[in-house]
Amino acid sequence: MTSTPTSTLVIGPVVVLDKPSATTRARQVLGRIALAVTVVFFLALLITPGALAHVDPVATGDDILAAPSAGHLFGTDQLGRDVFSRTIHGAHPVLFASLLGVVLATVAGVAVGIAAGVAPRWLNAVVMRVVDVLLALPVLLIALMLIATAGSGVRSIVLAIGIAFTPGFARIVEGSVRTLRSAEFVQAAYVFGSTRLRTSLRHLLPNLVTEVVVLGSSAIGWAVLTATTLSFLGLGVLLPQPDWGSDLAAGATNLSTAWWLSTFPGLAITITILLANFSGDYLMTVLDPREATT
Amino acid sequence: MTFVLRRLASVIPVLLGITLVAFLLIHLIPGDPAKVILFGSNATPEQIDQLRAQLGLDQPLWKQYLDFLGQLRRGDLGTSYLTQNSVAHELFSRAPSTLALTAAALLVAIAVGVPLGLVAGTRPNSLFDKVARAVSFLGVAVPYFFLALVMVLLFSVDLDWLPAIDDGTPAGLVIPAVSLGWGYAAILTRLVRGRIIDEYRGEYVKSARARGCPEWRVLLRHALRNSSIPAITTIGLQFGNILTGAAITEVIFGRAGLGSFLATSITNKNIPVVQGAVVVIGVGYVLINLVVDVIVGAVDPRTRVAAGTP
Repeated sequence: MTSTPTSTLVIGPVVVLDKPSATTRARQVLGRIALAVTVVFFLALLITPGALAHVDPVATGDDILAAPSAGHLFGTDQLGRDVFSRTIHGAHPVLFASLLGVVLATVAGVAVGIAAGVAPRWLNAVVMRVVDVLLALPVLLIALMLIATAGSGVRSIVLAIGIAFTPGFARIVEGSVRTLRSAEFVQAAYVFGSTRLRTSLRHLLPNLVTEVVVLGSSAIGWAVLTATTLSFLGLGVLLPQPDWGSDLAAGATNLSTAWWLSTFPGLAITITILLANFSGDYLMTVLDPREATT
Repeated sequence: MTFVLRRLASVIPVLLGITLVAFLLIHLIPGDPAKVILFGSNATPEQIDQLRAQLGLDQPLWKQYLDFLGQLRRGDLGTSYLTQNSVAHELFSRAPSTLALTAAALLVAIAVGVPLGLVAGTRPNSLFDKVARAVSFLGVAVPYFFLALVMVLLFSVDLDWLPAIDDGTPAGLVIPAVSLGWGYAAILTRLVRGRIIDEYRGEYVKSARARGCPEWRVLLRHALRNSSIPAITTIGLQFGNILTGAAITEVIFGRAGLGSFLATSITNKNIPVVQGAVVVIGVGYVLINLVVDVIVGAVDPRTRVAAGTP
């Protein structure tokens, strides 16, 4: 930004925003409903799964491989366990791992991104090359590497998602910080003697909140897919504890005789990712309309 | 040409970084790697020391890394703890099967995603567009391992059209490739649709039409060509995900490939194999994206500057 000697009036192309049409408004209402349903649904599954399914998910019964009926909505498995209850209770490890993983990755990504963005050139170069290296490895490979060293379990999956998603967030945040850094209000803060830390917290972070919320919420769907893939491979909770991924894998052996074993956990994963993506898209249109049009 | 050279130079630190990550893997494991390897074999302290010397673990860390790099330069990825075979040999003998599945899935993604996005983009808000959008929204949400099982249930168990497990025939590749490629087809549909809508607003499309250019030519020669750049870039960026997805699909279908090999190696803590896989997949991914950038740079000179200045 250099000062111009004479004041000139620059007339750019005028962007006329259309009045929201009926379909746009309908979509907004739909988005709001989806968001509300998602939040309530996720919370209920996380906090009180017992209120939704009264049967113990690990209790075995005599009714083996029963098809879905009024008694067992989703049928029973080879040990007579209630599939409906297992599907409800199986949400916990998945949602816990993916939501906490995304939160971890968001916090770490923002911290690394801002730090690199305000750091001296050489430090920025070092940090961003490390980020590039991690970005060059597929998310699932990073997750598998971590589990190979840390051992399997839900805690490892949280850590794996947290670390594997961090470089992507850091890359985007760093880019935004670089644009913000040249903004006049940030330059002014420096001129008035604001330190790097203070500038980061007082000026950069508040301007990144929207972007970070949009980024984080749009990553939840991917995180759910990653978490269930890992537990599908048997790297999550141990049987007999319920889990969508491992139950889906366990049901695959009885696929031809008892379709319900794999279908319900699979549908649960699909619906969860759908809801997460729908809510993420909605948040994007509300918080960042420019992004939403592309 | 300078663009290609500059892009090549930018890859070197990333490649070194990947080798460093792979190298450090063995040291991230809690405990002594030599004890981890010999776990359960009642090894004497002498045997553990001997193995440590054999693995070079008694050397300083930087020396170990240099040795590791020297090995890599000779194409040596170490030996499997389990079979004592060369990791490079074990990986490369299994790679063709995985790459075949990756290529097939990629083909499905392009063959389904691009035409769907094209037609949807030329007629936004039409019935076709709405259906295409719903399909792509669903396509991103359905996990490929679930889709694979549903397809087996439908096409193998019920209809008996396709084999349920991979029997080496092209028909055995259909379900794995479609279930894996579907999600990426959905991503491409969304992308191409959005681009075509944008391109149709461009002045050059108007001028092409004003010159009397037929509609199919406007679409294929002008709009599609300009939309192809982000599509190619996306395919490059998703390549690593498709490759790891292929590895997992292999586990589901009992295909002997990199995936099942890597999975058993992870459970067995067979670290040289995991290290080798990290190097091979990481380097392959970087090289693919290098090629993509060079292609895009050739198609669209404007991106050369953007890619060259970080």
